[in-house]
Amino acid sequence: MQGESLVVRDLEVRATSVDGEERTLVEQINFSLQPGEVMALIGESGSGKTTIALAMLGYARRGCRIAAGSVRLGESEVLSLNAARTRALRGDRIAYVAQSAAAAFNPSRPLMEQVIEAALIHGTMDRGSARQRALALFRELALPDPEHIGERYPHQVSGGQLQRLMAAMALLTDPALIIFDEPTTALDVTTQVEVLNAFKRAVRERGTTAIYVSHDLAVVAQMADQVLVLNAGRIMEQGTIDKVLERPEHDYTRSLLAAARPQRRRPPTSSSGEELLHIDNLQVGYGAKDSDGTPADVVLDNISLRLDRGGALGIIGESGSGKSTLANAVAGLVAPSRGAVQFARRELSPTLRGRTPEQFRRIQMVFQSADNSLNPSHTVRRLLSRPLQTYFKRDRAARNRRVEELMALVRLSPELLDCRPGELSGGQKQRVNLARALAAEPDLLLCDEVTSALDTVVGAAILELLDELRHELGVAYLFISHDISTIRALCDDVMVLHQGQCVEAGRCDAVLEQPRHPYTRKLIGSVPELRPGWLESCQAETSRESVMDDSVQ
Amino acid sequence: MRHTLAVLVLSRLASSLVTLFLVSLVIFAITALLPGDTAQQILGQFATPEQVAALRVQLGLDHPALIRYWHWLSGFVTGDLGQSASNGVPVAQLLAARLPNSLILAAVTTAISVPLALVMGMVAAMRRGGTTDRVLNLVTLSMVALPEFLVATLAVLLFAVKLGWLPALSYVANVESFTDFLKIYTMPVLTLCFVLVAQMARMTRAALIDQLDSAYVEMARLKGVPPMRRVLRHALPNAVGPIANAVALSLSYLIGGVIIVETIFNYPGIAGLMVDAVSNRDLALVQACAMLFCGAYLLLVMLADLCAILSNPRLRNR
Amino acid sequence: MNRAENATRGRSGVRGPVATLAVRRLRTVQWTRWVGLTLFGAWLLVALFGPMLAPHPMGAFVSDEIYAGASASFPLGTDYMGRDMLSRVLVGARYTLGLALIAAVLSSLVGAGFGMLAVLTPRWLEETIRRVFDTLISIPSKMMALVMVSAFGSSIPLLILAAVLGYAPGAFRIAHSLAANLSTLEYVQVARTRGEGRLYIAIVEILPNMLQSVLTDMGMRFVFIVLLLSGMSFLGLGVQPPAADLGSLVRENIGGLSEGALAVIAPAVAIGMLTIGANLLIDSLSSSREAQKE
Repeated sequence: MQGESLVVRDLEVRATSVDGEERTLVEQINFSLQPGEVMALIGESGSGKTTIALAMLGYARRGCRIAAGSVRLGESEVLSLNAARTRALRGDRIAYVAQSAAAAFNPSRPLMEQVIEAALIHGTMDRGSARQRALALFRELALPDPEHIGERYPHQVSGGQLQRLMAAMALLTDPALIIFDEPTTALDVTTQVEVLNAFKRAVRERGTTAIYVSHDLAVVAQMADQVLVLNAGRIMEQGTIDKVLERPEHDYTRSLLAAARPQRRRPPTSSSGEELLHIDNLQVGYGAKDSDGTPADVVLDNISLRLDRGGALGIIGESGSGKSTLANAVAGLVAPSRGAVQFARRELSPTLRGRTPEQFRRIQMVFQSADNSLNPSHTVRRLLSRPLQTYFKRDRAARNRRVEELMALVRLSPELLDCRPGELSGGQKQRVNLARALAAEPDLLLCDEVTSALDTVVGAAILELLDELRHELGVAYLFISHDISTIRALCDDVMVLHQGQCVEAGRCDAVLEQPRHPYTRKLIGSVPELRPGWLESCQAETSRESVMDDSVQ
Repeated sequence: MRHTLAVLVLSRLASSLVTLFLVSLVIFAITALLPGDTAQQILGQFATPEQVAALRVQLGLDHPALIRYWHWLSGFVTGDLGQSASNGVPVAQLLAARLPNSLILAAVTTAISVPLALVMGMVAAMRRGGTTDRVLNLVTLSMVALPEFLVATLAVLLFAVKLGWLPALSYVANVESFTDFLKIYTMPVLTLCFVLVAQMARMTRAALIDQLDSAYVEMARLKGVPPMRRVLRHALPNAVGPIANAVALSLSYLIGGVIIVETIFNYPGIAGLMVDAVSNRDLALVQACAMLFCGAYLLLVMLADLCAILSNPRLRNR
Repeated sequence: MNRAENATRGRSGVRGPVATLAVRRLRTVQWTRWVGLTLFGAWLLVALFGPMLAPHPMGAFVSDEIYAGASASFPLGTDYMGRDMLSRVLVGARYTLGLALIAAVLSSLVGAGFGMLAVLTPRWLEETIRRVFDTLISIPSKMMALVMVSAFGSSIPLLILAAVLGYAPGAFRIAHSLAANLSTLEYVQVARTRGEGRLYIAIVEILPNMLQSVLTDMGMRFVFIVLLLSGMSFLGLGVQPPAADLGSLVRENIGGLSEGALAVIAPAVAIGMLTIGANLLIDSLSSSREAQKE
């Protein structure tokens, strides 16, 4: 089946809340695609991009309904079909690739069963030919051991492979339209490149029409012909990818573009020369220890670093690199099995128990998820007052004054002081989270992926705030992230972690501009650039390495 | 690979045995350690000290607690459950006579209630938020709150007193035809099913809805999989563990219900025996019955856990 | 096909049953809440003021007729000894509710207390506490009550103790898993790295976030305990004469069942009204809370 044209007119989706009130999720959505074109839906959380994508399948999630509009695929009007004919369309002419393949595969059924299920239900193929076709797709999508991977269960294959298996599932019936719903968001960058490559080849070769939902402009630049920029359920801007990237018309698009690659605002500071944190030959692990004290599962090994007062050291790595464990070890939440941590030239106790109140105060930790870092039953005032009370024994009046100063410091209105975290936005929560850490007047902030859970624009603002605070207050950062651009924007020094080992460390500009270690090169080379055609330019290199990686898994 | 599964199953079996041992300790402690003197209780307050002392020796009450526990436990393992104090018959003999009746009652109840509850739970989950679901919710919510003796008395009032279809009491001895069987078992089984079905249906619904909300069921829907197949092929296999647990927990409720039901209908089972034993303070019999019921409960819970372990693909296919 | 046509088509094709479903669901929730509140509230008032409202002393023989039907002077008829059933139900409800409330509160206190303690203590102590409660939970509550009554004889304190021993382990299991989950959350980690003590973490950081679930659980335990204790009384092993709870009233008058006497039906239905009311109330409260979360 060739791709077909897609015309969407006046689409409107509404949601009903528990008290029976209806509100509009998206409205006035109009666009059209020629056969074989790829349209990107881009926007931040709550922009309605997934809602629109699902409406292409005639589907709205629980509590939502498609209130008006038309979706025409080729000759058929998707939204006016009855239930049986809608089902006949789904998984046959329109296919869906979900965000988290790990969750979207049924854990208790073998993969092959699930890949060919749609074809069997719709009666378009018999079991034998469906299997043959699936095997051909597995090979085409460069899956390892294509003959047998279908016999496995979802938990037995990696995230990147699952995502490709899901693409195989979508492509099996040769659909006219494929919906990709943030298919690479949950993946590490190095895996993302391979998956993007596989998707792009498959879609282009078949001339399938596709919708690609993403929050990442650079990813979209590789995949799409057309872009639809969404904000709060409405279309902000619409056009070809080149036009939107190069000559954005709407302010919102411009702010998205600016936030996508945060720029460094000041040159890296030179070292103060006064040592604050010194880690020597650290090893951290879990499980039973053997005779010489090495744990069964070593997460981090041979880590040595030095961070000076007022400095900013970035720790970069992919999932499983041990970067969060490093922060937890410094914070005292996990005890190292070997090595020493010195803070302000004094040995730090490996666990919380042996630390002094002064050490507690001077080292503060800021976690990734502001949702879980703020106790939902306390007000902002109470959250911020507690450290003042424990560390400085201030009286109520002094505490209240200081709390207001702290709010000003993180650019929040004092009116929010009597709110609970549930009433705040994600960015506000992360600011409160920061303010609480700063209330202790610390010398060292351990920041664990503090911008990762936030939308790009909000995350960029937090990053800017962190940069300003550092220069205002002279606090040092141990800044943990998987995202090179945030580290580049904030840090002076960087350390690259890979499978618990430090592969490279040094000044930020040196390491990130002229990486010496092959892994660092691969990591940096995998970050998509904001220009169409980047994917093709790095294809040769990565596809060779991906084959090697798969054979390891 | 298979090896880890075997280890898991064996460790589950071992943990059940340990729990059963601890339960025996608790039951023994309550019945034989703390209270005053059993011999005195049996003989009443007019017994002479000599008589009491003689009975103490006869019952082995003059030994230290640990020794008595050891005797009691080893008696259990060898099948010597002691003598019933109220009628002097060996406890094992009393139990053997009544056990089949209780097992039949439990089996019939299970065979009716489990399928019924599963279907009700599935229907409610599939029609979530709809009229069927809301009605089922209210009905089951009210059913679980009803005491068995209310259900039983109303059933007697209706079927035995008003309609005269069924006898108010169960005479198990004269079952000769299927009609006899129906006459005897309808009301006890109905009463037991009432609460049981409601509880299992609610838990089945909750377990299924958990799965129906998952991303993979949404994916199945977006592949065009029809509703029935989504429930049976996609959600149900992943809900087996929680549902098995729900069934086991509810069947433990059967133990409580059976006590009331056997008493009301004068049904000659173990539970009726135990209630009489409690009234007569026949401790050896109480201990034996309690151990039997607790053992049965532990067995059910263990079977449910094994179901959950075996149905979990992560454990099955490493 | 023009746009307007498409739009109406879209509208008719996907006319939203969901929206109305949500509204209807909400109405059901509100309706059940009112029914539950009324039933439970009424019995709570009876438990508080019932003995004052009773027209006769509960032990007084006021009529020559036994198992009398409803009449103006005896709205619920008379019992097997010619006593006024209304008075006996009004007084009996106090026993049923009072005992169950005390036992439910104690069960939840013991369960939640140990549940939080287990999370905060060293691993060996946590394991020990869990073992103890795991053992107790393996003894079905009615079995526990029977064994205890056989050993000690029935009395009010013993019945409460038996109910607590039977239902605290379940409360423990729920509270423990709640507290264990909460203690891994990042705000607890933040408090730990701030150098806060265990007591502060338990009371200020963990407790407020599990309180609602613990209270819901307590409500359910209350219903189960009402059923347990009236069941025991029905067997003649619960509240002993001359005192009587609703279960004992059913037992005393069971002889009137063959004539369909009101004396046996009234107390049985009274228990049903109380437990169904409580269940409806708990369900509507917790389901509207869940809906709020969504």
